[in-house]
Amino acid sequence: MSEMTYRDALNLALKEELRRDPSIVVWGEDVALYEGSFKVTRGLLAEFGGERVLDTPISENTIVGVAVGAAMGGLRPVAELMTVNFALLAMDQIIDHMTKIRYMFGGQVNLPMVIRAPGGGGSQLAAQHSQSLETFFMHAPGMHVAYPSTPADAKGLLKTAIRDNNPVMFLEHELLYNSKGEVPEDPEFLVPFGKCDVKREGNDVTIVAYARMTVLALQAAEELAKENIACEVVDLRTLAPLDTDTFVASVKKTGRAVVVEECWKTCGLGAEIATRIYDGCFDSLRAPVRRVSGLDVPMPYSRKLEKLCIPQVADIVAAVKETVAAKY
Amino acid sequence: MKEASLRAILPDHELVRMYEQMVLCREFEESCAEQYTKGHITGFLHLYSGQEAVAVGSTHALHKDDYILSAYREHAQAIVRGAEPRRVMAELFGKSTGICKGKGGSMHLFDPDLSFMGGYAIVGGQFPIAVGLAFASKFRKEGRIAACFFGDGAVNQGTFHESLNWARLWELPVLFVCENNAYGIGTSVERASALADIHKRTCGYDIPSVRVDGMDVMAVHEAVKWGAEWVREQSRPYLIEALTYRFRGHSMADPGKYRSAAEVELWKSRDPLPAFAIRLIEEGIVTQAEMGAIKQEAIAIVQEAVTFAEESPWPEDGAVWEDIYV
Repeated sequence: MSEMTYRDALNLALKEELRRDPSIVVWGEDVALYEGSFKVTRGLLAEFGGERVLDTPISENTIVGVAVGAAMGGLRPVAELMTVNFALLAMDQIIDHMTKIRYMFGGQVNLPMVIRAPGGGGSQLAAQHSQSLETFFMHAPGMHVAYPSTPADAKGLLKTAIRDNNPVMFLEHELLYNSKGEVPEDPEFLVPFGKCDVKREGNDVTIVAYARMTVLALQAAEELAKENIACEVVDLRTLAPLDTDTFVASVKKTGRAVVVEECWKTCGLGAEIATRIYDGCFDSLRAPVRRVSGLDVPMPYSRKLEKLCIPQVADIVAAVKETVAAKY
Repeated sequence: MKEASLRAILPDHELVRMYEQMVLCREFEESCAEQYTKGHITGFLHLYSGQEAVAVGSTHALHKDDYILSAYREHAQAIVRGAEPRRVMAELFGKSTGICKGKGGSMHLFDPDLSFMGGYAIVGGQFPIAVGLAFASKFRKEGRIAACFFGDGAVNQGTFHESLNWARLWELPVLFVCENNAYGIGTSVERASALADIHKRTCGYDIPSVRVDGMDVMAVHEAVKWGAEWVREQSRPYLIEALTYRFRGHSMADPGKYRSAAEVELWKSRDPLPAFAIRLIEEGIVTQAEMGAIKQEAIAIVQEAVTFAEESPWPEDGAVWEDIYV
């Protein structure tokens, strides 16, 4: 194990996989010479050369579409969208093509490709650069969706994504790039898809979260522990496949659930998780499932307003307390 | 100037094969129309009748392992490439024996063993995929090019411009072939494109291009032969605009009222099938009697395809969950 940042863990995953498999190629806007807007691709051009690490024009739909074609042609492309917000320009290739091709062509072709996309709010980048679009991708069958919360998961999940023979939407949280943690050095360290990670155990209430919301949930759990409320924090890690069994088992144990989502509340992934909890363990529930969500507004620029729109530790603490206090 | 002898260009057996395929495609499409009317084929159905010279002339000018991609009017492209008519018909019927197990239908034919990399039904969706296949071929030093077919309507999509730029920038072997049949559904090229000379639109990307008579199978063959080899040798994109015409509406739902009867008749007088047949007979490559036999053979193949499709089983219910993920 060695301590490194989420950014460096992702960078290491890319380097290890590029060394392992010569059919892996990396492209995106400013990923090569400039080494990435968030420097996740630092050093790749120098080590692997311009045939495998390529800068592209600002043509997001085509960045994805060329990866679809290259995957069809026998390569394993890892394409970067500079931010997930620009995925909206590429939704035709992502949804109409990438997720459909295997099915509509009768399973005759695989698309082993990854789209990396940093996202999330909290950096005062205003409405067009602060979106949390994870629910959009979960909604469409035909791709896997990963969204790590720790450096170790970042490394292990990205390596699994690159080795997956299905297309993967790999989301990264911009505010986690500098977060630090212990990361296994083993180049065969992989984190499986479709397995939640119980990041903290507790018997009073289950907090289901993902990515940066997991980090906030753990901070909330720490505060709540001082008031003798024991939270179990379940980190989804992959949104598709969604490991329903693990969070339902946790709620069966605790009888209470709070779901934390950074995305907009309306039709947000928290609604899906709450429904699965109701379906999976209604009889075990001692209180309704609560949701802590992003506000249903375009993200404002002002620091004061932006903070209102993104779930905060205090919001999670309050939701847990209300859930625990509820008498039914 | 007298046209070059057909025999100087291709051997007899290939010329005959090309004609046979043009007739087969026409018979196949006309049979599809009948099966649609009977309710055996449902959903969208876009027929290729009138455009046969483009698919046949092009495919014979490409290497067998060159990638072909097309849009949603692609039955003929798949069949000329080698897809069995019976499995294409079964696909249109939605049967389990279809080329894509009945999951794709008319607009999504695909067979990787034939390097036929798909019919795509979002206008312009195939452009970046063709660029990606060309990248993979170049990266793996396979020597294959990607031939990307599309309609006149697709040139106003962003993907057209993004992909031309990209293919030139990365020096990728993509042959863009525009089947300009003069209308995107009911909107004529002149009403959709500021510059109606589609082949000239590549100048912004430093990509050479040519316009060819898409009703003349040998003209298409010559242009694609030259273009494909240039693309292969230079590892750079090239664009061919083939002027053609669909004899039917955009789809079976379209009566085609936006086209005058005189215009349709003018184009029908240039039908690529009899035009090629006359040349084959004049040069003594095929006799009149053999022409009749070719047509009868095509009708028999199509009839067998319909019977096969009719008698094939529907997919099992469980198939609905298959093929989403590996």
